[in-house]
Amino acid sequence: MSEMVNIFLFGKKYEVPSNLTIMKAMEYAGYQLIRGCGCRNGFCGACATIYRIHGDRELKACLACQTQVQDGMYIATLPFFPLVKQVYDIEKVKPTEQIMMQLYPEIYSCVGCNACTKACTQELKVMQYIAHAQRGEYEKCAELSFDCVMCGVCSSRCPAGISHPQVAMLARRLNGKYIAPECKHLNERVEEIDAGAFNSIIEELMGKPVEEIKELYNNREIEK
Amino acid sequence: MYNEEMLELMKVVEAKRAENAALEPRRMTADEKDALLAQYHPDHKVEEFRELKIGPNKGGKVPNELADMLEANSRIAGKNIDLSNPDYECDVLIIGGGGAGTSAAIEADKNGAKVMIVTKLRMGDANTMMAEGGIQAADKPNDSPALHFVDCYGGGHYAAKRELVAKLVTKAPEAIKWLSELGVEFDKTEDGTMVTTHGGGTQRKRMHAAKDYSGAEIMRTLRDEVLNRQIPVVDFTAAIEIIKDDKGAAAGAVLLNMETKEILIAKAKTVIIATGGAGRVHYQGFPTSNHYGATADGLILAYRAGAKLRDVDTLQYHPTGAAFPEQIFGALVTEKVRSLGAKLVNIDGEVFMNPLETRDVTASSIIRECTTRGKGIPTPEGVGIWLDTPMIELKNGEGTIEKRIPAMLRMFGKYGIDIRKQPILVYPTLHYQNGGVDVTTDSMSTVENLYVAGEAAGGVHGRNRLMGNSLLDVIVFGRNAGQFASEKSKSVTVGNLTLSHVDAFEKEIADAGIATDKVSPMLLPDYARKN
Repeated sequence: MSEMVNIFLFGKKYEVPSNLTIMKAMEYAGYQLIRGCGCRNGFCGACATIYRIHGDRELKACLACQTQVQDGMYIATLPFFPLVKQVYDIEKVKPTEQIMMQLYPEIYSCVGCNACTKACTQELKVMQYIAHAQRGEYEKCAELSFDCVMCGVCSSRCPAGISHPQVAMLARRLNGKYIAPECKHLNERVEEIDAGAFNSIIEELMGKPVEEIKELYNNREIEK
Repeated sequence: MYNEEMLELMKVVEAKRAENAALEPRRMTADEKDALLAQYHPDHKVEEFRELKIGPNKGGKVPNELADMLEANSRIAGKNIDLSNPDYECDVLIIGGGGAGTSAAIEADKNGAKVMIVTKLRMGDANTMMAEGGIQAADKPNDSPALHFVDCYGGGHYAAKRELVAKLVTKAPEAIKWLSELGVEFDKTEDGTMVTTHGGGTQRKRMHAAKDYSGAEIMRTLRDEVLNRQIPVVDFTAAIEIIKDDKGAAAGAVLLNMETKEILIAKAKTVIIATGGAGRVHYQGFPTSNHYGATADGLILAYRAGAKLRDVDTLQYHPTGAAFPEQIFGALVTEKVRSLGAKLVNIDGEVFMNPLETRDVTASSIIRECTTRGKGIPTPEGVGIWLDTPMIELKNGEGTIEKRIPAMLRMFGKYGIDIRKQPILVYPTLHYQNGGVDVTTDSMSTVENLYVAGEAAGGVHGRNRLMGNSLLDVIVFGRNAGQFASEKSKSVTVGNLTLSHVDAFEKEIADAGIATDKVSPMLLPDYARKN
């Protein structure tokens, strides 16, 4: 059995084993989670959490499923944060500077406090990717924001009211659709399939006795 | 973070790394694989399965835990549900907001249907979000849909429905193109060529990826598109029964607000079940890589409505779940780690198999190594095998791990393990429901107007799924279900709504002499400690 530590869930004290994550510690304390729990593996951003260690001034942010409890940890989960998500037609927008000015003009009110970066649960350079978005450098914004799980902690700390995850989402879609190089071999293969180039070979496979397909499978030449 | 004993054992791995990295371990023969699976794969433990006493698959064997849920009481048993004033009405009702549900919603919306998504957590809380490694498509000049067909059908032990496999592989390149045009960022070289790797059991390198956030990148883009299209999403609301009409067709669902417990009624012309998998059922006590809501709800809903299931006696155990540290026990370590060159190594520093066999074979081989052969590495939670991640940079150069598998670097880094310098410990984890609801190529189940797509559907992967074919499945068949269900909705006139099938099912339970106090669907696992 692991040693026990005291944590404070929304201010209330519980004694829990020190080896647990915050999420599992909440369950140990008796919570049946509905909100604030998604993939439990650090990909979905459902379990954004703010905490402060007793005696420490600094507020820290984390994902509850990815962070071990500590003695004297004051915990408040942030299962939902009201981000601003602008609606647009991906077929009609273009990767110009104007699009950010139209959809997310508040990014130009960034005061450079860097609170977003300090708060990021994924340790991303959030303020930096917003700076790229301001300049219409969507490829760079996309690259720096790629590991974002859209938990919203950055926005909760922002004095300018920026919805960083949504700005980055737009930048990544612009980059993926309009800026990244087109894939020639993909387009060609789709055309070949549409033209029926593989119909006969697939039909042949559909009709083959299982033994013959086994032969094919067991004697495949595997690309090095 | 590793304890002293582990650090000591690790020295063997380090000493043999250069030699092991250069190895090209041979592949097992078909007979060797069959013998290994029969002895070690959890699907072959007869005592873990039992015959169903009721329903469309009566007499068929399923895992004990699934039988318990399929033969459990309805959540509305004995309740008076008023169907006369539906709270929601739409053309296409989609149950589930993961990759399949959102793909279906986008296509149905495009086709002019009035669509609604209900999901018991948030849109995007789904296994799609957690898929790390990639998505298969035969789009390179040295590859073809026919080769992809052989890999998929053979890897699934010749048990898949061939017409579904044919659709999966021929629609795969179009699926990648569709995602690209929505703005999904696939890994490409400067000239636009897709960066592709092998998955276990593939004969060509056709795994497309977005670093090791492949599913997350796809899921967040689909979610954004659903929001852009302003498709209504009712979140934190579970479907607990399918509603039918007096003609026997699916015509809506009984919904439960997860927080307030309010019961709501949705009426629809067609219904799509896209509820995903079942890892949180913890079959045979395995840990799981799945998200919190993966509790097989779709199978229960469909079965009670009269739909046939198939291949639900086979589960996928991903060979490489994290075995250490305990905070991430069971979490997925993407197969891409092996695609990039990391090998599986036992306590003696031996590479005991080719790391890119299919998942069922690899998982069984790890179980054999850790049980009868006694070559596993002891951990606080049990036992594991080394996955020698530093080999990746030995083979591909420094910086590869940060660039290609940043999520893995981060996941272990949080616990003081630098996977660039130290190997990690892995053991199989419950990962995927190979079977599901039986569907046709237009994604309809054996119940009229009840469509099923994604992990909840069966027949695409036979008895073992290949890496990268699930993301592909949710896109191809999610879209497919959305297209067919919306088209069909144009000609549907819904009759009088009824839940008589639920009453009939309850009677069947009683008549079969099943005494149960369980209710299903499960909705969420219960992890709260009871004092």
